[in-house]
Amino acid sequence: MSEAKKYLAPVTNPETAPFWEAARQGKFMIKRCTACGEAHYFPRSICPFCYSDKTVWEESSGEGTIYTYSLMRKSPTGPYAIGYVTLKEGPSLQTNFVDCDLTTLKIGQKVKVVFKPTDGAPLPFFTPV
Amino acid sequence: MTIKGKAYIAGIFEHPTRHAPDKSTAQLHAEVAKGAIEDAGLTKDDVDGYFCAGDAPGGAWPMVDYLGLNTKKLRHVDSTETGGCSYIIHLGHAAEAIAAGKCSIALITLAGKPRTGVMPPRAAGAEVDFESAYGATTHNAYGMCAMRHMHDYGTTSEQLAWIKVAASHHAQYNPHAMLKDVVTVEDVLNSPMISDPLHRMDCCVVSDGGGALIVTTPEIAKSLKKPQVRLIGHGEAMKGPRGGKDLDLTYSAGVWSGPRAFEEAGITPKDIKYASIYDSFTITVLMQLEDLGFCKKGEGGKFVADGNLISGVGKLPFNTDGGGLCSNHPVNRGGMTKIIEAVRQLRGEAHPKVQVKNCDLAIAHGTGGLLGVRHAASTAILERV
Repeated sequence: MSEAKKYLAPVTNPETAPFWEAARQGKFMIKRCTACGEAHYFPRSICPFCYSDKTVWEESSGEGTIYTYSLMRKSPTGPYAIGYVTLKEGPSLQTNFVDCDLTTLKIGQKVKVVFKPTDGAPLPFFTPV
Repeated sequence: MTIKGKAYIAGIFEHPTRHAPDKSTAQLHAEVAKGAIEDAGLTKDDVDGYFCAGDAPGGAWPMVDYLGLNTKKLRHVDSTETGGCSYIIHLGHAAEAIAAGKCSIALITLAGKPRTGVMPPRAAGAEVDFESAYGATTHNAYGMCAMRHMHDYGTTSEQLAWIKVAASHHAQYNPHAMLKDVVTVEDVLNSPMISDPLHRMDCCVVSDGGGALIVTTPEIAKSLKKPQVRLIGHGEAMKGPRGGKDLDLTYSAGVWSGPRAFEEAGITPKDIKYASIYDSFTITVLMQLEDLGFCKKGEGGKFVADGNLISGVGKLPFNTDGGGLCSNHPVNRGGMTKIIEAVRQLRGEAHPKVQVKNCDLAIAHGTGGLLGVRHAASTAILERV
């Protein structure tokens, strides 16, 4: 099961360190550009849409819907479900779905963020609401 | 400016091996280089341009040295790395270099040993901390595309299976193919589920091997003995989720590379007699056929069904060597063999059972990276002169 999996700690870097510091507090952060108003993920310093450097951290609701998924059945560490979630705030992101019956996942299903520990900062995953 | 008609593919070679425990990766590069140079009727000292990608041990300068290329003559190198479609991009870049007078005889090589050796690691992208833990592999990345395509357009596993069925019909005539048995739609559906909704038979093979091309000027090509095949259109493109705003896994960067190539060639998909389409998975083929304009978006399932991709049976013969689904997928990179089989078709050198009659226009299209994550695409349109 994915719960038993051991995940490698994120390496982090100066651009993304605030994301991981917030993750340690259980907060799931996205970036928003104050010039064009667009949110994006994963976080960048320069807005990928308008190239403004006026990007700020924003706590996401952590809620979204499943855009797509695939249940990987052949894996040395056991089956796992990779997929994309479209956040309420707009951006879509890659993740794994956890803490649920992986065979009942559906496109459009509501999910929320849950953090899983590593030797460093915790990693965000998603689970059905 | 255009590259239309300014470069000819004068030499091709596909390594016959699919399993090479007794060879080195560099050796395979040398064997395919030698094969393509000899196919063209040239010598290695004629080569003045060299192209390779991430599979070449150490990159361009160690390979140029290992291959013993004539460094007094070599005046153009390009090690563009875009995964499996690198070699289709190289073909376009070679044509650009030839059109600009930067080289006149370009060698492009691909080789490696995913079955019996160690694959070189890929450098991490900026997304590494935000994605690497989630275990994206080729299987599940393409599975995610297929899942969404089915959701949006009603595409079925049966329709995807027809792509493998067509490939297997062609592979039965290829003595080097890894999988020579003709399979049915039921066989594909009954094969084990690997990563939903892709079954084992929706996936390509893993093979050692390689291939090489010689690209040259019209004048030199006309002085050689092989039938003349020229590049008349080329496109390249890249696609990714771009901050999470552009995520749409139902289409590939082929929607951009394809029209660029067709526009340059001055033809439409209807004119194409034979199509080499990258087939890492069945869904890869279906999406690319839509993206290239062989059918409307969402109608790929209907287009590929009922043997429509089988040579002599359907409207669009594809991958008549058996492709990645049945013949080989050297170094997990299918772009090179896509070009080689298209050239065989245009030369009239395909197996007689799969040779397309009066084959004068062909397409070779591929992608690199993961369609379900971020990727490159390249399209080449080739013409028999």
